[in-house]
Amino acid sequence: MLRGLEFDIAHLFSSSVLILSFGLLYQRRLFGVLQIYALQALAVACAAAWQAYAQAYPQLYVTAAIALVFKAIVIPVAFHHIVLRLHIHREIETVVGVNMTLLFGVALVALSILLVLPMTTTSGNLTRENLALALSVLLLGLLMMISRRNAVSQVIGFLSLENGLILAAIGVKGMPFVVEMSVAFSVLVAFIVFGMFFFRIRERFDTLDVHYLEAFRGERH
Amino acid sequence: MSPLAVILGLPLLGAAVLALLPWHRASARLNMLASLATLAAALSLFVVPVEANLFFFIDDFNIYLVVLTSFVSFTTAWFSASYIDHEVAIGRFTPAALRFYHAMYQLLMFAMLVALTANNIGLMWVAIETATLTTVLMVSLYRTRESLEAAWKYFILGSVGIALALFGTILIYFAAQPTVGEGIDALAWETLLAAAPRLDPNVLNLAFVFLLVGYGTKVGLAPLHAWLPDAHAEGPTPISAVLSGLLLNVALYAVLRFKMLLAANGAAIAPGRLLIAMGSSSLLLAGFMLYRRRDIKRFFAYSSIEHMGISAFAFGVGGPLANFAGLLHMALHSLTKSAIFFAVGHVAQAAGTQKIAEISGLTRSHPWLGWGLVLGVVAIAGLPPLGLFMSEFLLLTAVMGRDPWLAVPLVVGLGVAFGALAMRTHGIAFGEPGRETRPLTASLVPMYLHFGLVFLAGVWLPGPLVGWFQAVAALLGG
Repeated sequence: MLRGLEFDIAHLFSSSVLILSFGLLYQRRLFGVLQIYALQALAVACAAAWQAYAQAYPQLYVTAAIALVFKAIVIPVAFHHIVLRLHIHREIETVVGVNMTLLFGVALVALSILLVLPMTTTSGNLTRENLALALSVLLLGLLMMISRRNAVSQVIGFLSLENGLILAAIGVKGMPFVVEMSVAFSVLVAFIVFGMFFFRIRERFDTLDVHYLEAFRGERH
Repeated sequence: MSPLAVILGLPLLGAAVLALLPWHRASARLNMLASLATLAAALSLFVVPVEANLFFFIDDFNIYLVVLTSFVSFTTAWFSASYIDHEVAIGRFTPAALRFYHAMYQLLMFAMLVALTANNIGLMWVAIETATLTTVLMVSLYRTRESLEAAWKYFILGSVGIALALFGTILIYFAAQPTVGEGIDALAWETLLAAAPRLDPNVLNLAFVFLLVGYGTKVGLAPLHAWLPDAHAEGPTPISAVLSGLLLNVALYAVLRFKMLLAANGAAIAPGRLLIAMGSSSLLLAGFMLYRRRDIKRFFAYSSIEHMGISAFAFGVGGPLANFAGLLHMALHSLTKSAIFFAVGHVAQAAGTQKIAEISGLTRSHPWLGWGLVLGVVAIAGLPPLGLFMSEFLLLTAVMGRDPWLAVPLVVGLGVAFGALAMRTHGIAFGEPGRETRPLTASLVPMYLHFGLVFLAGVWLPGPLVGWFQAVAALLGG
């Protein structure tokens, strides 16, 4: 079990992931969103590496490396190219106002703390609080997906939701490696598939605004 | 070699070979052959016992679903062969798309069979994710605006569902780890079920909520069903048959496994109310939505939401009788709905359209096909003597015994859906044939084979099947 300084450092990394989630909700420019996402992935990588050290569980270093290489570098760079090629580096429209979204985000964090903290009295403090933070990141990712209309920022919302999942998985002691590997793998697969979608959607619609696509629903003919 | 290795190995091998094979007729035959061989291996499970290991196992619950899945996979491959011939002839499929289609078909079967036989909740999650990704790619196969939008919507909602399910899976491990210890053991079904009474009920509750919402999205339970009608309507029809007949069942199977865990724990919340709420809202919503459908595939997709709602409702009511009814309903709906989609695929090809208003008089222009569709609708509406009547009747009996008030949403939902089915089918099947009908050279054997089985289940259930259902119904709890 972690004590003292180790505990505080683990907390620091997890909390910075959460704060960057709020950053994502607030940021309205696409490039800004990509940069914050890269930072968040970096924070997740640090959290994973720290847990690997603190729990003496070396497999987590691999998770950290995957988070660092794929999520903090490859994915943001690739999205940067997509955004440039599609000429959509203008401001993001949001459905709900940014302030309302942020307030709602705070409420979600409070909700997850209320859900997780009282129920897991048997487990160590760190795991418990880490889980509450991870759940908050997950819910904020979901909120971002709902509140944005632009497909790129929706995808980033989904990816930050997955950051929350990794945060949860590394915090639980001795989580078998299968699951972490699969999370990392699914990010890769999801990215490829998303990428394919983008190009096809771009070919057909010349816009990534999902709201616009709704008009083509089969039922409204 | 264990039959399990064959069951899982064949589809994987099939996918690899089909990805390389350029001739579409040969691919369609090979697709059928691979599915038939998988079915034979699945049937051998009845006689050859399989040793459980850390990753795979066979028990009373998954054995019938494995056989059902490989059976429907074979008949759908059969249907798909004639369906594709027509699509190639009218130029909707390119050779490259076909190669991709066949490889993805076998990969989907592989993923579903892994999900069903997995003894490990992490592995099951990976398998369901793979199944989702393959179906997303297949829904987008026609590359029309509608199909891309449908695939996109399915992908976004499916991914969110899957992410939430993974969080639930992590929470289950979190609950198990203090009791079972660290490592792979704490993810194995058998270990978890044995240790269930000693797990922290609060963590289990939270985990189940995430798992229900996550996998429930894949089941198509209201209010998480938005992807389902679009995905069914815009992809190739064999995929609609497999989605409705198999993938929805696999997702419901996952939810039920976790329900068993809660039932074995005792101190956790009774998940029944959640399932009843979601089940009855799916049933009612889909029942009313059926009236406004204009697209024939979308119409039957809503009917799938309705029937998954009925199954979820049955497991929510709980107890030996209702659980039995739910298990039977899952199996029979799978057979009936895939057969209906076979019929619908041929209907859409014969009439040259999916719009209900433009299809009429099928029993006159294509008697075998038209009457087949009528038979399917009679079955899906739950009329005797076909099998779904029996499962719905059993459910109603169980509900009346437990809490008669709960019968109200059930009866209303069934009645509303019946009205819509009767109204729409009347126009499609009877009256003057449409202005433009094409002759059809398709094989209708798979469809009538399914209806034959559904009829058989309505009048007689084999002993071993009843035994499995009873054993599983007891494990599923109240």
